[in-house]
Amino acid sequence: MRRTITAAALAITLVAATACAGGGSGSADAEARGPITIWYSNNLEEVAWAKQMVAAWNAEHADQKITAQEIPTGKSSEEVIGAAITAGNAPCLIFNTSPASVSQFQKQGGLVPLDSFDDGKEYVESRSGKVAEQYKSGDGKYNQLPWKSNPVMIFYNKKAFAKAGLEPDKPQLATYDQFISTARKVVTGKGAQYAILPAPTNEFYQSWFDFYPLFAAETGGKQLVADGKAQFNSNEGRKVAKFWRLLYAEKLAGQEKYNGDAFADGKAAMAIVGPWAIAVYRGKVDWGVVPVPTSSGKPANEIHTFSDAKNVAMYSACKNRGTAWDVLKFATSKDQDGKFLQLTGQMPLREGVATAYPEYFTKNPDYKTFADQAARTVEVPNVASSITIWQTFRDAWSKSVIFGRQDPDAALDGAAGRIDQLASQS
Amino acid sequence: MTVTGRASILGTRGRRLSVGGAAVGRILGQQPIGTALVTPYVVFLAAVFAYPLAFAVYMSFHDYFFAAPGAIVERPFVGFDNYVTVLSDPAVRRSFANVGIFLLINVPLTVVLSLVLAASLNAAIRWRTFIRVSYYVPYVTASVAVVGVWLFLFNSNGLVNSVLGPLAPDPSWLVNSKLAMPTVAIYVTWKQLGFFILLYLAALQNVSKDLYEAAAMDGADKWKSFWNVTVPGVQPATTLVVLVATITGANLFTEPYLLTGGGGPDGASASPVLIMYQRGIEQGNPDIGSAIGVLLVIGVLLLALIERRFVGREDR
Repeated sequence: MRRTITAAALAITLVAATACAGGGSGSADAEARGPITIWYSNNLEEVAWAKQMVAAWNAEHADQKITAQEIPTGKSSEEVIGAAITAGNAPCLIFNTSPASVSQFQKQGGLVPLDSFDDGKEYVESRSGKVAEQYKSGDGKYNQLPWKSNPVMIFYNKKAFAKAGLEPDKPQLATYDQFISTARKVVTGKGAQYAILPAPTNEFYQSWFDFYPLFAAETGGKQLVADGKAQFNSNEGRKVAKFWRLLYAEKLAGQEKYNGDAFADGKAAMAIVGPWAIAVYRGKVDWGVVPVPTSSGKPANEIHTFSDAKNVAMYSACKNRGTAWDVLKFATSKDQDGKFLQLTGQMPLREGVATAYPEYFTKNPDYKTFADQAARTVEVPNVASSITIWQTFRDAWSKSVIFGRQDPDAALDGAAGRIDQLASQS
Repeated sequence: MTVTGRASILGTRGRRLSVGGAAVGRILGQQPIGTALVTPYVVFLAAVFAYPLAFAVYMSFHDYFFAAPGAIVERPFVGFDNYVTVLSDPAVRRSFANVGIFLLINVPLTVVLSLVLAASLNAAIRWRTFIRVSYYVPYVTASVAVVGVWLFLFNSNGLVNSVLGPLAPDPSWLVNSKLAMPTVAIYVTWKQLGFFILLYLAALQNVSKDLYEAAAMDGADKWKSFWNVTVPGVQPATTLVVLVATITGANLFTEPYLLTGGGGPDGASASPVLIMYQRGIEQGNPDIGSAIGVLLVIGVLLLALIERRFVGREDR
């Protein structure tokens, strides 16, 4: 893994050199039909869904077959996709496109706006409802189809709560004061070493699982950046930062990276996770779930949270875009969304998902809470320099809130200034 | 006539060969076989090292980003703008300071430990082969696996703190802004020690036993013999160890990426290559990443020259 300077330069340059190789696919016909390639995520549940979806399509379309594979391995899917765009060998569709990377892929000229299809805009908006608005790019186009979300909530370990003398079926976690009081009892009562342990590391995306869900809840659904301005250096943002700072200062939240699953291993009594966790913790942890806290303890049906969505995008290297568009609609049809829900437990970003599949939610009541929460989710802002913005925020958060080396208010103000600059350059 | 004719043909061929040989000679030099053998490696160096380095320099002077084939993009020349951006970025400046601290600990420690251990392992001790292999194992083990062990050893509830008891640092090693980089430096020293011991073991085979006998006859004890015979005897190897440790150390990436969770705490263990990766690959600014890379190359070259001047002075 150790890199030399030249190897690092090589990684950059080889990709860059390929970019100069020409090719050109920008003029591909939106009506062109024929075989296409797609990539999907590598977790077992999504692999199972993708395989049945591909088989169902291929059985009916012998002349427009899908060749499907898992996203090639890399440090992250986004790096692999970015390199594939540059090399001109990205597939037609990727069923795991991170919304945070869409602006970067768009800048690279790697995406096909779905508005370029006659029914593109109408399909996206009719399927996802008003949530779709958050996924529009700066130019007003849809460069991604909102596909599925994992609205994050607070999982708590009932046994750990009981061990600490707390009532497992009535957890006091609605307000910040209640949450902190409960956290103190969990730790002093030896329910677990930490009350909660979101990854305290410095990767840009870690703030999606500590700050952002609580910020979304506190503000009633605001994004990190809106109209080219940072939103987090507000009273609400400061309250969230103060809340987390207290947890870290009192060692109710851990500053150290844990090499494993802290919640499953009993290291932490709570975790901020999405519905994917139900299958993961089944049989391992006796858990309960509540919405993320707010300072005033808003009712559950008013609480927003981070969506942790992954979307589908069409890539500009695709020749048979007509087929790709048809496959995209097929794979996100009500029937296929139902199969996706059944096989993965993740929420299709479909309007009224809780009422669309009543049988499933009757059989699987655990998932109903998440389906209700899915109606109130906040996405990362779809702005240029999105990842730089998140890294800037994370650096400030890490310095002030996690490690206490700067006043959180000053750190948020400083980060807001830099982020305003980044957002204005876009 | 026949003979004459044959001679004429041979003579013509000979001249042709002579003319062709001169051309080949001009291209391949006086040692054509040597040149032919070296050529593949030269091509490899040009393709894998020289061209990317030159292209990185080019990117660092342009507003450069990766684009899809056929995408119409502008990449204007921006002079030193990327360098100004890099040098005015506190995270970048801090990463260079961090790697300076790393090198100050790692390089001397590597030289001293590997030389002492190599000298010990060169002596006729029991289990010599087993011990040699043991030192080499961390070097050939995947970093991901070894990092897991160190996380277990150095976290706040780890083995090291359990042994230290009340003397354990708070915050613990890897989340302590003063101790994170030294801990990383010690980890890297330990992991790479086997390789440098191997270099010294090879060098020790060239130190004449006569010198040790002469030193013993002059009344030198083991320490004096080590200081006056072994250390000067492996001087060329020491130069190599210092240079290689500096170059590999300056390219630190894996440890801050995995061991301290992305250069934490609060950037205290971030290295220039980690920042290059963040800016260049993650954030899609290869121009900025290249500018950091070029500055790092210049820094390492200067450092290597200084080291060569001091450590390698008897080697010239």
